[in-house]
Amino acid sequence: MDIRKLAVAAASAVALCGLSDVACAGQYDGVTINILTRPGPVIAGAVSQRGKEFEKLTGAKIIVNEVPYAEIFPKVQQDWSTGTNSIDVAVFAAGWGVELAAAGLLENLDPYIAKDGKIDVQDIAPYFREFAQKIGGHTMVIQVDGDFQMVYYRKDVLEKNNLQPPKTWDDYLAIAKAINGQDMSGDGKPGYGSCIFKKRNAQSYFAIQTIASTIVQTQGTAQGFQFDNATMKPLINNAGWKKAFELYKETSKYGPPEELNMDIGDTRALFKSGRCGLLIEWGDPGPLQLEDDAKGIKNKLYATNVGSKEVLDRKTGKLVPVSKETAPYAIDGINYAPFSAFGGWGGAVNAKSDPKVKQAAYDFLSYISQKEQSNVDVTMGWTGFNPYRLSQLKSTDLWVKSGMDEGLAKNYMGAINDALNNPNMASDLKIPGAQQYTGVVLDTELARYMAGEITVDEALKNIEAGWDKITKDFGSDEQIKQMALAVGPAK
Amino acid sequence: MSDGTATSQPGISPAGLSQGESWGEWLDRHSRTFFIAPAVTLVLLFAILPTFYTVVFAISHVRFSATGLKFRMVWLENFAAQFTGNQQVHFLGRFTSMSIAGWLFTAVIAGALLWWLYRAVAGGASWVGLAGRLISAAMAMFIALLFAATLLSGNQWGTLLNTLFYVVVGCSIQFVIGLMLAFLCSQPIIGKNFFRVLFFIPLMITPLGVGYAFKMILDVTKGPFQPFWQFVGLGNWAWSTDAWAARWFVILGDSWQWIPFIFIVLLAALENVPKDHVEAAQVDGASSFQIFREITWPQILPVAATVMLIRMIEAFKIVDLPNIMTSGGPGIATESMTLHSLFLWRANNMGDSAAVAYLLLILTVVVCSSFFNYVVVKRLRKARA
Repeated sequence: MDIRKLAVAAASAVALCGLSDVACAGQYDGVTINILTRPGPVIAGAVSQRGKEFEKLTGAKIIVNEVPYAEIFPKVQQDWSTGTNSIDVAVFAAGWGVELAAAGLLENLDPYIAKDGKIDVQDIAPYFREFAQKIGGHTMVIQVDGDFQMVYYRKDVLEKNNLQPPKTWDDYLAIAKAINGQDMSGDGKPGYGSCIFKKRNAQSYFAIQTIASTIVQTQGTAQGFQFDNATMKPLINNAGWKKAFELYKETSKYGPPEELNMDIGDTRALFKSGRCGLLIEWGDPGPLQLEDDAKGIKNKLYATNVGSKEVLDRKTGKLVPVSKETAPYAIDGINYAPFSAFGGWGGAVNAKSDPKVKQAAYDFLSYISQKEQSNVDVTMGWTGFNPYRLSQLKSTDLWVKSGMDEGLAKNYMGAINDALNNPNMASDLKIPGAQQYTGVVLDTELARYMAGEITVDEALKNIEAGWDKITKDFGSDEQIKQMALAVGPAK
Repeated sequence: MSDGTATSQPGISPAGLSQGESWGEWLDRHSRTFFIAPAVTLVLLFAILPTFYTVVFAISHVRFSATGLKFRMVWLENFAAQFTGNQQVHFLGRFTSMSIAGWLFTAVIAGALLWWLYRAVAGGASWVGLAGRLISAAMAMFIALLFAATLLSGNQWGTLLNTLFYVVVGCSIQFVIGLMLAFLCSQPIIGKNFFRVLFFIPLMITPLGVGYAFKMILDVTKGPFQPFWQFVGLGNWAWSTDAWAARWFVILGDSWQWIPFIFIVLLAALENVPKDHVEAAQVDGASSFQIFREITWPQILPVAATVMLIRMIEAFKIVDLPNIMTSGGPGIATESMTLHSLFLWRANNMGDSAAVAYLLLILTVVVCSSFFNYVVVKRLRKARA
């Protein structure tokens, strides 16, 4: 054999075997991995791009199937339950895995991780490692993204108006009111005080939970804020959620006129064009403001966590001021409960796939999650991947290198670290039927309340009835057990 | 004509073979059955059987497991949930107290239906005919009551009346405009071939494309027409947050797409109206309106009724436009029954989804059969007479 060919082969072998302890050059020749996720470029685009690299490294063929967001879960469940098994990997919300795991459809990834010296799971932030990835104590999902919602504000606009960043939802409303209608984009067009994706069947049900969690959850993550976790009685028809609904509706006064028909794509287009003063969002706006079509807001969109000075007293059902007793994790009299909305995109492997495909699928997920790839992906807004590893949040270097100025990088990392280190971080539902509870029942009734079809009391009562029906369908005892597995024993 | 006895073969005969009948004659006699059998088998396999299989979903609670779907029989619970359970408001609407207008409307409709049934009985209608009328009258009364208890009493209506709104109002608008355009293009005007092609194009666009196009055009804050909306003073008008505006815009998009269908069929019908009849009427001094009413309309009526029936059946299934333009919102203001069923399916609530789909099937069959039997057939008989 030609010496040069030998050298190339050797170099390739080193590169490929360096992928993980198990993946080597040509190891997956002839292996096809079918992946299902949301349409790109966000998520699907990033997965496809890393997929091409993986193909070159291992010989595997990666096919990324894209379906509308709302159809990911039913399609995966139907495909795997009916034995069709045309999908090997589903990249979806970490919380959705519970229902699939309960039905025995997910591969336990612990043995794969044990053999994998590259993934470095200890570098994954504790919340995502222990709550998002694991189901019943076993790792069933590999995180490729870390999700929770924060409030973003236009630093320049607030400074111009001598306003401080919001700390509470009342502050949020006051600032939104003060800056609404001002020209924030420099083109003479009036800006909006607040921009939130309020379209039905989109992301609205996450934003409402970001507000409600700060009022209803006070005793740490395991307490929860959607249910009394010990009984699965809905914790929705109370003064806390009522206030959250009312606050949410109030923000519409300072939002775009067609806000009720705006999804995340619409609000992102709007804030990137510089027309939003405040917004509720995931980690994406941090790097998104560095993109070419967002030049007007580059290094101006800062992040913060917003809380409440009033919290729900579960015994009386009334709102009470924050104190050491009512909200022990409160900071400066404000109860924070950063909501891990969606829980982050993660990949799960079909338990029924061929063993070789399962190993290849795991290796691919590991490849995306490894620091070498992940620490680059999270700095690019278009990927949809947000920080979830400790190494991504240790220093500002990564972010400054991506184009942020030092001030924004510090602010962005600080807000994320504050949330991730908060013992009162609020978990998204991670029990069977999670999508039905929030994505359907909560979302529909919230939309009807926002449209003025029903009152807040009717909405909360309807949600309570809807949630009770779902719990009854799945079995109350089973749901209590799953809830304990998801967030720990009820407090 | 062949002589059976001359060609009959001794020995084994196929089942049903008449004495003295040959194989060839037997095959010939059953040829229609054999020719149609493949088509019937395909329809049974791919249309009828799935429709019946859906009944199993509609009367079950369905769960997914590693070994497949798990069905738990709940019988009519999924249907009852749409009428009396937690889905009632979504499907039927919200009920408080009935307004005076609502009671009056109900009384008028009830009286009219009773009179209609009385006339059928007095006219010597058959038992089958009477049963059909009773079903149609019951459905009409139910819809009238729903209308009176929701819209006429200041309450929100549900997906059932939304669907009927799209069917009745949308199809009526489309029919009137389609007929007018067809009438214009049937006249000797310059460039009529160009207009024929132009008016036909929207029908060839996918409904998803139409939905996105209208959503973009009607985007008042950041769409390509934002300067226009701003200029005409509608820059802050959020049509998508107003229930009635959103419904009308869905109808606008639907009409833009489907008027060409009515147009092209009615144009063909208009061009088949004998010119000598029209010319004779013109010679007699009839006005254009008289010519249309007395000569043209009776002759195109069979086609007009048929095209309206086909359009109505299609309109009952409307899903793409409200899904793309408003996602069923604001609230559930623009959600059709098909979209309602789709959303339930997306939530893996197969039982409720199948129940809503079946209720839509019942509604479509009763409304369209009633329209055909009591409107179309009646008009056709009159026209023939």
